[in-house]
Amino acid sequence: MSLKERQPKSKQPESIQQESSLPERVGSLTANSGALMHTEIMSLNVGPQHPSTHGVLRLVVDMDGEFVIKVTPHMGYLHTGFEKTFEHRTYQQGVTYAPRTDYLHSFGHELAWVLGVEKLMQADVPERATTVRVILHELGRISSHLVFLGTALMDLGAITLFFYCFREKEAVQDLFEEVCGYRMNQGYFRVGGLSRDIPDDWAGHVQTFCDTFDKHVDEYASMFATNPIFLDRATGVGVITAEAAIDLGLTGPNLRASGVPLDHRKATPYCDYDSYEFNVPTSQKGDSHARFLLRLEELRESAKIIRQALKRLKPGPVKDPNRKISLPPRPELESSMEAVIHHFKLVTEGFHPPLGEVYVPVETARGEVGYYIISDGGSMPYRVKIRAPSFVNLQALEYACVGGQFADLITVLATIDPVLGDVDR
Amino acid sequence: MPLKELFERDWQELESEGILFSSLEKLVAWGRSNSLWPATFGLACCAIEMMSATDGRNDLARFGSEVFRASPRQADVMIVAGRLSKKMAPIMRRVYDQMPDPKWVISMGACASSGGMFNNYAIVQNVDSVVPVDIFVPGCPPRPEALIYAVMQLQKKVRGEAFDQLGNQLPMVDAWTR
Repeated sequence: MSLKERQPKSKQPESIQQESSLPERVGSLTANSGALMHTEIMSLNVGPQHPSTHGVLRLVVDMDGEFVIKVTPHMGYLHTGFEKTFEHRTYQQGVTYAPRTDYLHSFGHELAWVLGVEKLMQADVPERATTVRVILHELGRISSHLVFLGTALMDLGAITLFFYCFREKEAVQDLFEEVCGYRMNQGYFRVGGLSRDIPDDWAGHVQTFCDTFDKHVDEYASMFATNPIFLDRATGVGVITAEAAIDLGLTGPNLRASGVPLDHRKATPYCDYDSYEFNVPTSQKGDSHARFLLRLEELRESAKIIRQALKRLKPGPVKDPNRKISLPPRPELESSMEAVIHHFKLVTEGFHPPLGEVYVPVETARGEVGYYIISDGGSMPYRVKIRAPSFVNLQALEYACVGGQFADLITVLATIDPVLGDVDR
Repeated sequence: MPLKELFERDWQELESEGILFSSLEKLVAWGRSNSLWPATFGLACCAIEMMSATDGRNDLARFGSEVFRASPRQADVMIVAGRLSKKMAPIMRRVYDQMPDPKWVISMGACASSGGMFNNYAIVQNVDSVVPVDIFVPGCPPRPEALIYAVMQLQKKVRGEAFDQLGNQLPMVDAWTR
C-alpha cells in the first residue's frame, strides 16, 4: 500500500483536516514547495538507547512538521543468535534457551519448544504435567501483561500504575520461584513433562493469588480507564483495521483488538485448552485504547483458566515414563544397570528424535509463537526457526503511525508491546 | 563565628559544639555515593529485574539510585543490564562517553559479564572489553536484591571503603584519570 492510498490513522486538529488531508499535503510540498511555507521533511532518530522503545529498537521517523510520514525500524541491536545456538545444543538443553527469547512471557516460549520436540518424539505427557503447564503458562501471561500495563502507561506519563502492577508481578514471580527456584527465565519444563513436581503447598498459594487478583484488575482499571488524559492519548490513535491486521500478519492481542477472534488456545488447542472454559476478548475498534483494555480483560480470563486448572490438579507422575526421553529417578540408578545406561546416554548425548519437521503454534502474551524444528535424526536439531510474534507485530507500527503525530508513535509502539529479544532473536 | 577564631580554637572543643570536620574529598565522595543516578541501559532480561529493583517492594530509592535517567548526560552510573550484541557495542561505548565524569559501570548479569550461555558470533563476551566495569553482578538474571547489593558495593567503592579479596583497601575511584 503506497503512502497516498492511506488515510490518516489518527485524530488531527480540526484546522488541519479542513485544510487538506496529510498525503495531499506531502504531495503538494514536494511538487509546489514555493507556494507554501518552506518546510523540509525531517528524519528523526529514536533509539536504540531510548526509554520508550522497550529495549533497543531503533526507529528512523520521517516527519513533516509534527506529523509522521514514514517509520523505518532498524533491528538487530539485540541479535543473540538463538537459532544458530539451538543447532549445537541438545533438545533438552534447548529448554533453557527458549525462555530467553521472550523474557516477559518466558513460559510461552518454553512451552512452544517442548511441545514441538514432544510432537517430534511422540512423547506421552502425564496429565498433571499438562495441568501445571497450563497454570504456569497463564501465570506467565499475567506477568507479561502486568509489565505491559505498567510500562505502557509510563510511556504515556502515568507512572503510578507501574508500582501497582509490579506489586502483583512480584507475587507471580514468587510463585515461579517457589516452583522452580527462579524468578525469570525458568527452564522448568522438560521434553516429556516437568523437571520436578510442584511443592505441596504451591497450589494453595496460586489459589490465594487468583482469589484476590480480579479485585486488583478492577483497581488497575479504576486508575487509568476513565482518566481523560489517557483517553485523549489512546482513543482513536493508531487504528489497525481487521483486514490490515490480517494482511500484516498480526497475532495475539493486537489482532484481537482489531476484531479478529484468533486465539491458538481455541483455534489449535494444545495442553487440553479445549476443555477449559474461557472467553477470547475481542474489540472492534482496533485503536490503542482497545489494545489496552483487551489486555486488561485477558488478565481476568487467565485467572479464570488458572482457577479451573487448580481444580483438576491431581497427584500423579510429572514425567513421561519412557526412559528414552526422561531421566530415570535417582534411586533406580543404584539398583538397575539399565537405568545407569539410560542416564549416561541422556546426559552425554541426549535423545535422537526421528527424521522430520515440526511446528506447534502456541498463544503467548504477544501472539503466535512456534518453533519450526527440523530433525535429521541426530541429538541436536538440524535447523530451528522461531516464529516470533513481536517481529511480525512490529510491521504494523508504520501502518498505524503514518498520519499521526509523533507522540502517538510512542503510544502505538507501547500498545503493540514488542519484546526486543523476541524481535531480534 | 569569624573564620580566624575558628582556626585558632581546638577542633575537639568545636566538635562538642556540633561543628564537624571532614576532608572535602570525603564529603564529596559521601555525597556522590548516596545519589548514584543510573542511565537507563536496559538491553534484555536483566532490564526487567532492574525495573523490579525500583518497584515498591525492593525500592532502590532507599539507596539514592532510583532516578533512572534517559539521557546519559545526567547519569553517574551505567547499569549494563543484559546481553550486549556486537551491533550494540559501539552504541554502548558512545553512551558511556557521553556520561559526565566521574562515572561508573555495573555489569549486570552473566551475559554482560562473561557472555553467559551465549558463546556465539553475536554476543560480546565481556562488556569490560568495551567499557571499564566497576562491579560485576552474577546471575541470569540477578535478583533485584543482587542489584541493590551491587549498588551498595559501588557506594563503598566511591567512598573509598572497599576492600579487595586480599583485604587491601581499594583507593577511592579516581575517575578523572581513567
